Amino acid sequence: MEMLRFATAGSVDDGKSTLIGRLLHDTKSIFSDQLEAVERTSAQRGSEYVDLALLTDGLRAEREQGITIDVAYRYFATPKRKFIVADTPGHIQYTRNMVTGASTADVALILVDARKGLVEQSRRHAFLASLLRVPHLVLCVNKMDLVDYDEGVFDAIATEFRHFAAKLDVGDLTVIPVSALTGDNVVTRSANTPWYEGSSLLHHLEALHIASDRNLIDARFPVQYVIRPKTSTHHDYRGYAGQVAGGVLKPGDDVVVLPSGLPSRIAAIETKDGPVAEAFPPMSVTVRLEDDIDISRGDMICRPHNQPAVSQDVEAMVAWLHEEPMRPGGKYAIKHTTRTARAMVKDLRYRLDVNTLHRDEDAPTLELNEIGRLRLRVTAPLFTDPYRVNRTTGSFILVDESTNATVGAGMIL
Amino acid sequence: MTTSLYELGHLDALEAEAVHVFREVAAEFERPVLLFSGGKDSIVMLHLAEKAFWPGRIPFPVMHVDTGHNFPEVIGYRDRRVAETGVQLIVASVQESIDQGRVREQTGPRASRNPLQTVTLLDAIEEHGFDAAFGGARRDEEKARAKERVFSFRDEFGQWDPKNQRPELWALYNGRRHRGEHIRVFPLSNWTELDIWQYIGREGIELPSIYFAHLRRLVLRDGMLLWPNEHVPLLEGEETFEATVRYRTVGDVTCTGAVESPARTVDDIVEEVAATRITERGATRADDRASEAAMEDRKREGYF
Repeated sequence: MEMLRFATAGSVDDGKSTLIGRLLHDTKSIFSDQLEAVERTSAQRGSEYVDLALLTDGLRAEREQGITIDVAYRYFATPKRKFIVADTPGHIQYTRNMVTGASTADVALILVDARKGLVEQSRRHAFLASLLRVPHLVLCVNKMDLVDYDEGVFDAIATEFRHFAAKLDVGDLTVIPVSALTGDNVVTRSANTPWYEGSSLLHHLEALHIASDRNLIDARFPVQYVIRPKTSTHHDYRGYAGQVAGGVLKPGDDVVVLPSGLPSRIAAIETKDGPVAEAFPPMSVTVRLEDDIDISRGDMICRPHNQPAVSQDVEAMVAWLHEEPMRPGGKYAIKHTTRTARAMVKDLRYRLDVNTLHRDEDAPTLELNEIGRLRLRVTAPLFTDPYRVNRTTGSFILVDESTNATVGAGMIL
Repeated sequence: MTTSLYELGHLDALEAEAVHVFREVAAEFERPVLLFSGGKDSIVMLHLAEKAFWPGRIPFPVMHVDTGHNFPEVIGYRDRRVAETGVQLIVASVQESIDQGRVREQTGPRASRNPLQTVTLLDAIEEHGFDAAFGGARRDEEKARAKERVFSFRDEFGQWDPKNQRPELWALYNGRRHRGEHIRVFPLSNWTELDIWQYIGREGIELPSIYFAHLRRLVLRDGMLLWPNEHVPLLEGEETFEATVRYRTVGDVTCTGAVESPARTVDDIVEEVAATRITERGATRADDRASEAAMEDRKREGYF
């Protein structure tokens, strides 16, 4: 059974919580004690209907204020797939939360209200999903029951959205007419939309081909931890442990180790369960090399004729995640794969307006939830690929060295 | 592992993620510790830690926060596993915290040492200078946990501030901390109860016997099936009866309830969990029933 991660985004009142509640409910993933607790709280608040948002609003402040503060993770499974849902709030800290949820997502699910059509937030969410290179985008046109399941309404919204998405880097787009409240096209195809020939949302999520989304071409193995047991049975054992970030590694492959550039060959790929014939993302394995060379955490094993860029100068789109604005010329800790170094902000090339996509080249800084293109100078070379080629070797975080807060999320150009 | 199509099944993907987290902590922290209760989640964690560092040994100790109110089957299991893995065991004793006057024991028939564990845990973390503590908590268990990070920052008082958590992107974990602060690390964040059981079955992991159906003398109190013993004295008017039960979670005997179940094997349990309609904490833990935000409040104070 494969695992699929999806992030949901929507505006206030577009029925996102109801849709997730519907998916959980119809796949029998809501437990009766959870449902009872939600029913009890809804009744206490005088709500006429069961507020499924309470299922995901877990913190006291959220319940008291009736808002969602943070990304909540929900889980459900069907016989075909295990699903991890990153439920991101649409209104507060939308960029920070959506960037977080989308960073690991295979699918971004965007909701619009059929009566209202596309709003500013729908475009913003689509842009963020494309910026974070979420491979598949699904637009759910919700509340179809309130527009009498009108094909014309659906077509107009779908066309407008496709037109907008064409300007973005969207790999795969599907538009589905649904009603989260009544369940139309959520789990099963609805008789109310005979003109719609596609799958239900759940069926689409179950059938979506995601295996090809990983980079299986460019072999990248960031060394995470060196295993040296120094026991009598494994006295001279020296293994390089890590998670494959790209490509396929096999015993016998010629490799080169960065930054030293020393060549070697893979002697074996191992796990506690035995040798591995082929290692690919996201497997965690241990690689042994034929030659005894000095390798430590933060080094990168790759193929001699297919190497990442090695540079101390990094150009990236950076989403700012902290209340304290970016300090131009400031120094931050940078974490990229298993490598940690320091980085200085050399230049803010422009700030991007996430609603209009306008580039402001005179912007002085990046504030919380703003996105801009930065040039960074790093104290040690990083081994990078463009983010659009590899989401693992193309991403980094910036950390404030005095508060230790995670302040920036970077996607290398 | 299925390698032919370069697809990874969900258990392999979850395992790879957890192994990555273990190695990341071992590389970036000076004194990590694995919190080990002898419950199934901590047992799976220990199993994954073995995989992460094989053929080397697990490069950190395990710590049991011991309320003194244990199931004997669990303590026996703990000591066996510690001997097998060669890992160092630290026992942080709630009884000692009581004796030293650090905490005051609740009195009365419904008294539990469960809330006292937080003080013992935080004292032990400080005493040993641990800068990272692995916990077996899962996001599917409870709604406050649904929003917790894999690397969860704790201040010098061990407190969790849910509104001020570090954003966690990709698999880039921020483990930076100042002296006295620590990080709780949850390698099983994305596992569900069903995943845990499927994995136990697939890997053939041994568990304490109380997880499987057995005949036990019980008392029904506040809707929970408790095991009466020296720590759980019978109240006036209460009567005991025998039933075939198993435990879905393992904790302090004073607040961990059994569930009626005929499931004698892991396969039986997988089937039962797949069909069950009540969360494991809702079914078996008195400590979470106190209020809507019981878990959140305890977590803020530094609970597991």
